[in-house]
Amino acid sequence: MSTTTLPTTGAQVRLGPGAGVPTVETEGQLRSILASLSGVDAVGAEARAARLATRSIKRATKWAALDLAISMVDLTTLEGADTLGRVSSLCAKARRPDPRDPSIPSVAAVCLYPDLVAHARERLEGSTVKVAAVATAFPSGRASLAVKLADVRDALDAGADEIDMVIDRGAFLSGRLGQVFDEVVAVKSICGDAHLKVILETGELVTLDNVRRASWLAMLGGADFIKTSTGKVGVSATPTVALVMLEAARDFAESTGRLVGVKVAGGIRRSKDALRYLVIVNETAGSAWLTPDLFRFGASSLLNDLLAQRLMQRRGVYVRPDEFSGD
Amino acid sequence: MSSRPLANSELGWLAYDPAPESASLARLAPSYGLFINGTFTDPGAHEQVPTLNPATEATLATVAHAVDEDVDRAVRAARHAYDTVWSVTSGAERAKYLFRIARLIQERSRELAVVETLDNGKPIRESRDVDIPLAAAHFFYYAGWADKLDHAGYGANPRPLGVAGQIIPWNFPLLMAAWKLAPALAAGNTCVLKPAETTPLSALILAEILQQAELPPGVVNIVTGDGATGAALVEHPGVDKIAFTGSTEVGRAIQARLAGRGTHLTLELGGKGANIVFDDAPIDEMIEGIIDGIFFNQGHVCCAGSRLLVQETVADEVLRRLERRVEQLRVGDPLDKNTDVGAINSRAQLTRIEELVAAGESEGATRYSSSCALPEQGYWFAPTVFTDVSQTHRIAREEIFGPVLSVLTFRTPEEAVSKANNTTYGLACGVWSEKGSRTLWVAERLRAGVIWANTYNRFDPTSPFGGVRESGFGREGGRQGLAAYLDV
Amino acid sequence: MSERLDVRKTYKLLIDGAFPRSESGRTYEVVDAHGAFVANVARASRKDVRDAVRAARAAQPRWWGASAYNRGQVLYRWAEMADARSHELAEQVAAAEGLSAADARASVGRAVDRLVWYAGWTDKVTQVFGGANPVAGPFFNFSLPVPSGVVAVLAPRDSSLEGFVDVVAAPLCVGNAVIALASATRPLPAVLLGEMSATADVPGGVVNVLTGSLEELAPVLASHEDVDGIDLEGALGATGDLAAVAAASIKRVLRPGHGGAEAPLRRLRAFVETSTVWHTVGQ
Repeated sequence: MSTTTLPTTGAQVRLGPGAGVPTVETEGQLRSILASLSGVDAVGAEARAARLATRSIKRATKWAALDLAISMVDLTTLEGADTLGRVSSLCAKARRPDPRDPSIPSVAAVCLYPDLVAHARERLEGSTVKVAAVATAFPSGRASLAVKLADVRDALDAGADEIDMVIDRGAFLSGRLGQVFDEVVAVKSICGDAHLKVILETGELVTLDNVRRASWLAMLGGADFIKTSTGKVGVSATPTVALVMLEAARDFAESTGRLVGVKVAGGIRRSKDALRYLVIVNETAGSAWLTPDLFRFGASSLLNDLLAQRLMQRRGVYVRPDEFSGD
Repeated sequence: MSSRPLANSELGWLAYDPAPESASLARLAPSYGLFINGTFTDPGAHEQVPTLNPATEATLATVAHAVDEDVDRAVRAARHAYDTVWSVTSGAERAKYLFRIARLIQERSRELAVVETLDNGKPIRESRDVDIPLAAAHFFYYAGWADKLDHAGYGANPRPLGVAGQIIPWNFPLLMAAWKLAPALAAGNTCVLKPAETTPLSALILAEILQQAELPPGVVNIVTGDGATGAALVEHPGVDKIAFTGSTEVGRAIQARLAGRGTHLTLELGGKGANIVFDDAPIDEMIEGIIDGIFFNQGHVCCAGSRLLVQETVADEVLRRLERRVEQLRVGDPLDKNTDVGAINSRAQLTRIEELVAAGESEGATRYSSSCALPEQGYWFAPTVFTDVSQTHRIAREEIFGPVLSVLTFRTPEEAVSKANNTTYGLACGVWSEKGSRTLWVAERLRAGVIWANTYNRFDPTSPFGGVRESGFGREGGRQGLAAYLDV
Repeated sequence: MSERLDVRKTYKLLIDGAFPRSESGRTYEVVDAHGAFVANVARASRKDVRDAVRAARAAQPRWWGASAYNRGQVLYRWAEMADARSHELAEQVAAAEGLSAADARASVGRAVDRLVWYAGWTDKVTQVFGGANPVAGPFFNFSLPVPSGVVAVLAPRDSSLEGFVDVVAAPLCVGNAVIALASATRPLPAVLLGEMSATADVPGGVVNVLTGSLEELAPVLASHEDVDGIDLEGALGATGDLAAVAAASIKRVLRPGHGGAEAPLRRLRAFVETSTVWHTVGQ
């Protein structure tokens, strides 16, 4: 589908249990699918997220949840000041979050800029930790499709297992949905076996209706994951946004049979917040999503807090932050 | 990626581990007297009646059963306090007492939440997040009115009625006490409050709070007991006003008894609320709203959305999602912070629910109940949804006052309105649609005292609550709530 | 026997929840009713006014965005703080106004009670000033009172605490942010009450208290284009001139001299706008 000669209306695409992923050939079809989605009442969604935040996770459930959360972390560094040395220590931490305790799982992945992928790949040899690269002119996405695709190819050539792309929020907000969709499809088409995470940057989409539509757009375009944020704008992941995206993933799975993951990123620093997200996952999409294959945290300082909580559970006392390495 | 999903059993996710609030926070006495003229009477001077924890059937404490003479003493104390103290206390000073009470409720909120949950069976999440904060908020709100009655729209210097007799139900024990006492005291009345037979404890803690607030003796008197105690209060010639919340049956009897007297009366009675779902409703929030509408407080809510009217075009999808959501509800220990649905308040109420549900089945409606496990001890009923319900079925007409939803369908807005109004009640309704114009059109035509749009079971001290037709008359909350306690 | 030497306090401005000295570094001497030196008080400059207006503008949406219930709780908390420190206030009122200890205590009591009175108004102004309008046609129509925004108040010269409470609490109560210029000659009770606001959960920038010269600062406040309203209660002889200056930016102006029982209610209405909403009604 191209962006210039699209018809503006299309046949209604059937959505319903077991209908499979619909083929979207025209912008009209895409619009008609997105228009058929129910609206989101922001007050009700906020209230639901707030209520789920009151769940109290104790004892064995908490133990399991902390380890699960560690295994879901995409340990992230996305700074202009990143160096090979920094990436090396990040990779060491990713493999073995606390060298004193081998029972602690590795994190899911490290997440960095494409030029650092090769180095990380090397450092993670022999581990289960994936290498994720932010590509497509991250974080703004303000570049031509050719440049975005070149960015993705760079990362793939260097050995990236996962690509975190950004959507063109400007195009989405001005209604050029076909263009946004085409970019997702184009990136997906060169990803091969690499998993594609599509970053919606919900802080710029603002409304929950937009979040729901963008989630569907990305999933229809082939996303393996939909991700909240780049972490580079004022508002990152929120429980309410996660709730709406998980509802979308649940409904998409029910309608097409395809399970798409959700990644929350930006501003998640405390174990308590991570556990709250897991509760939202559990009670919205369901326990099938409680795996690193289908839920991730994009974070850096969160990992140490998860380790500290884990240690505190065992020792029964609060622990110093300096118990854990700073990376 | 190679990691496998962790099974639910490994994580214990579906159940979560128990996270119980501590029952010892309740600090209950073994037995209680009556609160008359600022002090508690000797418990030994009265017949003592046990009050049970409906989740375990264990006795929490025993309370006094007030007889006619006790009610008489309480009314006399209220009259004396009215004549000598409260009627000559300025609005500004009354306000400060009410602010104190509000603050004390906030300070003791955790204890009150535990007491409420123990005595009533409602989930601690609700008593902690709804009942107790709203009770405090009511005192705050009416505190502000006490010295502003001139601005309430009833003319200059409106006068109180005198002694108010207030009879409250067991479904929101402390909150109903606050709804009754706060406006009455703000307006300048003195009160005799009769808590429900099965849930007297939070009102007795409130009595302690009134002592801590140094409210003058006799301004509020609290007499525990049963229907006979309530009847004695209604019959008492020294009472100027009766405010009753409870069943339509009892409300009807009270109105008949007072028919020949000048006693002022407000009634907040039963309901059979319709929750109307249009096909353009925000679906996920609407499902939550239906759940809140009927399973909040085990459905022991007079304004519960106990009839779901759903547009036929979306009925299948709504029911599919509703069933999935009902399965998720956690039913069990009310003190557990993760419990969504607690215990039925009493054996008698459980029997009534069971009887009406049996009638639903025998009349041909299709029953679905959550597959959740129910505790062995105590009074429990699994969240239940009836489909294929017709307007003539008892479960579509009678108030069940339990976690039971009856689903009906409609095709047009007119049909929705006509079905919603086809009841002798008129307390509350819900409307779900993203089309504001139609929501308002429907709202204008619903015969109900409260209409919620895209939400349900919302309460606020600034918002008047109350019914029309056989749901009663008079309003609680808001500027309008003052009228129930002013001679206007 | 030697008495313990006091530890004396420096009296500063309240801007954006912080207590700066004037950016100008200037102070002036405040004396008590008998002419004895009390303290060197910060003498605010036009730049302090600028900072205070900026802080008020930034803080106002959050204050108005909080629930009316929450605003009531905050004002009531302020009253609690004032009552708990009423001896301190009474000392300063006695010194400033030359009252006996008993009269000063009574004045503080009235001031605190007045604050409580305003606390009770926050969730009632909408009901008393607003309402539904039965327009002829298929519309649901209602009007709501909304705050003017940023309000400057010139506190009365003589009533150092009670008068200050009225001019400050009324616009706050309906959702405005306030920049108050305390009485130039009797500023200390106002400064103290301002300090208490900072421990009463009043968000920074919602209440700003300046001390200094009326002649210097009032024209700056009256002319500031980002100030939406001004209460000229303490303007003394300059009322006409200041009202004329305020006209350039179409400010809401409350002129002094509205005594009597209805005065506080008039103040509540002074810095309120009416916002009306029409919505269609149809199937």
